[in-house]
Amino acid sequence: MANNTQVPPRGIRPAVVIGGNRIPFARSGGAYAKASNQDMLTAALDGLVARFGLQGQRIGAVAGGAVLKHAKDFNLVRESVLGTALSPDTPAYDVQMACATGMEAIGSLANKIMLGQIESGIGGGVDTTSDAPIAVSEGLRSILLDLSRARSAGARLSALSKFRPRDLAPDAPGTGEPRTGLSMGDHQALTTRAWNITRQAQDELALASHQNLAAAYDRHFFDDLMTPYRGVARDTNLRADTTAQKLAKLKPAFGKSLGEAATMTAGNSTPLTDGASVVLLGSEDYARANDLPMLANFVDFEAGAVDFVKGAEGLLMAPAYAVPRLLARNGLTLQDFDFYEIHEAFAGTVLSTLAAWEDSDFCQNKLGLDAPLGSIDRTKLNVNGSSLAAGHPFAATGGRIVATLAKLLHEKGSGRGLISVCAAGGQGVVAILEAR
Amino acid sequence: MADKYLELVNHGGPKKLAKALGLPRPAILRRYTSGDPLIPGPLLLLGDSAQASAASELLLGWGLDVRRHALAGEKLGAIVLMLDDAATPADLSEPMLAAGAALRRLLPGGRVLSFSRPAAEADTPGSAAVRQGIDGAVRSLGRELRGGATANGVVLHAGLGIDAPSAAAALRFLLSGRSAYVDGQFLHVDSDAGVLPVDGEKPLAGKVAVVTGAARGIGAAIARTLHRDGATVVVVDVPAAGDALAKVANEVRGTALQLDITRPDAGRVIVEHARSRHGSLDIVIHNAGITRDKLLANMDAARWDSVIAVNLESQLRMNDAFLAAGLPGLRIVSLASTSGIAGNRGQANYAASKGGVIGMVAASAQAFARAGGGINAVAPGFIETDMTARIPLATRTVARMLMPSLMQGGLPLDVAEAIGFLASDAAAGINGRTLRVCGQSLVGA
Repeated sequence: MANNTQVPPRGIRPAVVIGGNRIPFARSGGAYAKASNQDMLTAALDGLVARFGLQGQRIGAVAGGAVLKHAKDFNLVRESVLGTALSPDTPAYDVQMACATGMEAIGSLANKIMLGQIESGIGGGVDTTSDAPIAVSEGLRSILLDLSRARSAGARLSALSKFRPRDLAPDAPGTGEPRTGLSMGDHQALTTRAWNITRQAQDELALASHQNLAAAYDRHFFDDLMTPYRGVARDTNLRADTTAQKLAKLKPAFGKSLGEAATMTAGNSTPLTDGASVVLLGSEDYARANDLPMLANFVDFEAGAVDFVKGAEGLLMAPAYAVPRLLARNGLTLQDFDFYEIHEAFAGTVLSTLAAWEDSDFCQNKLGLDAPLGSIDRTKLNVNGSSLAAGHPFAATGGRIVATLAKLLHEKGSGRGLISVCAAGGQGVVAILEAR
Repeated sequence: MADKYLELVNHGGPKKLAKALGLPRPAILRRYTSGDPLIPGPLLLLGDSAQASAASELLLGWGLDVRRHALAGEKLGAIVLMLDDAATPADLSEPMLAAGAALRRLLPGGRVLSFSRPAAEADTPGSAAVRQGIDGAVRSLGRELRGGATANGVVLHAGLGIDAPSAAAALRFLLSGRSAYVDGQFLHVDSDAGVLPVDGEKPLAGKVAVVTGAARGIGAAIARTLHRDGATVVVVDVPAAGDALAKVANEVRGTALQLDITRPDAGRVIVEHARSRHGSLDIVIHNAGITRDKLLANMDAARWDSVIAVNLESQLRMNDAFLAAGLPGLRIVSLASTSGIAGNRGQANYAASKGGVIGMVAASAQAFARAGGGINAVAPGFIETDMTARIPLATRTVARMLMPSLMQGGLPLDVAEAIGFLASDAAAGINGRTLRVCGQSLVGA
């Protein structure tokens, strides 16, 4: 090629959310107990392919991942793609950012589209706590590795002679944070307490989540967002008939060290769940050329992290810091949104985050703002339910939220929505979508 | 699900045994596969009616070996009887006896086909008598046939010749393996509308088709057949069947639309999906249906109403939406059932809905014709599906073997082939009609 040819700089162009698909989320140990991450992600992808007629198509990139991953889940997303009706020429890569995995995958694909690097992308995630990986003990692992390296009968015998019955005890994954040993719920219990979030407020949020999700099903909202799987057609965690009275009867499940002050129950905390979700993104040209709908623009996203290890901030509070940065960059205030999708890891997480944004001390001293971000119109929050009712297969939550919000915005025909997803490790990803 | 008996008596030792014992031996039917010859041997054209030479030219044009007189000892792929000029009962004698003399030479999977005029349009009682008589004669002849051979007729309405596109298309369909389980039936050609396909292997090329109830069984077979014939297919089923639906969509490289067709806005949603995603809507197959069997004496309102709502009312409502949307040339095919014609114990609700479909189709023909389209129905008899597999074995065996002339149940593919034909532009001259796909079952007409 001639050296004097200069490639003109490419501008930023919109990345469009075309649609999504997920399998219904199922409570851990239930209907999907025998399904692997790859099975579920493949099913979610194939449903998306069927909905949008993508059979045989080469997608620019597929990104996603799982939080709980077996060693055999090497290249999980690519292996899943190979099991679908998509063209095998479709590249794919794994992402891992705990519960923000799906958001990070979708956001990075949107960036590639905005930069003109790809025309189409599928982002999402999958998780199963039913089919969680169990590692062998360190002792047994060491023996097995020595055995594989042994080249003589003597060396093999020597390796095996180190074996002790206690080495058989498996090393199961815990829900504790590696650096604190506290479970996510126990972490949040401390934050919930610090922000003086009442039990009643948490139960009300949980009740609204179930009622909103049930109403969304009733108005067929999920007919083009979900494909049944293994005989399940609705999220199995949904309790359409739950009441404030029923929720009030539940005993605290987290923060038991707080004694009487413990407010977090199985009703206002998300249960362990299995499921998968994916979102189809594209450039405007791609959508038009393929006669595909354009539901919303994926405007921008921002990741955050907090120092929860030393106790400077609560484990799940990173989005509280990321949102003001995202707002400032886009010249928006917290009130400039028609919908708010704040992932309900726990009702306490949502309420603590909202409380922090309303608090002048927090906003000045921690966020460095002149004034509090202020309150949001609570009737615009999680209007079709969220994780408390739908469940929360960690990496699959971002895909659920993006697809839901994009459809909501498209139905309304105008406005924008704010997404906030917290994650283990003190991280979080927040994003802005705009109606089309 | 498969008919084990049929497999058994067509192979090796059991075949000989069944023959020795005089057990019924249903044949393996001749079904269409791409590239097959139209018929398995030469064609004998009988009768010297006004349309006979045109028929001869048409058949020769398709590359068939056409005989006006049977050669000694020669096996035949088909016999075509030109009876369109028959004016008195005596006129039947010569051609029917000539056909009879050739019947034993018909090859397995052979076809007997008559051309006649409708009795309802006859000028005199004698003319009406012979025209009606042809129906009885051809159907009776059909019951004599063995080896999976079938007998059907094409009824040409006033002023129409064999050169009417739908007459030629009907002739071709009934000769081919696509009509394997259509037996003892008369296809009425109502007008000279219709266009023969440019590519006979892809008669639905460029068409956008919607198939309801497509997640499994007959609906899935319809989707596959329309896809094979060149259509872009939108498969529709209730959201709860979405996983099976997605598999079908991916197989036929179409799109899946999860939709409850009893929703008031179902028609609008379908039109919007087809237009926005595929640019048009050319074909709708109303296949979705349910059964809630119970003796009428024990029937409750829920069972009655749900069957009527899904099988009939939804179609009426969707058709109104399609007419309102102004879809030029829209061709609709609805699923009726022989139960809707003959009745079936324990199926009063289902029969009401399926009989209703036959009435709806007849009454809607003109409205759709005005937009350049048309609407017809297919009435399956006993078809081997998951649904019929639940019928107790003894009942099922009787239904599949003793009732139809072909001594076996049909396959979903057989229904799909008839639907594919009626959905094609070549069938535009056939409108408001119901075609049975029943292997000449004894029930009903």
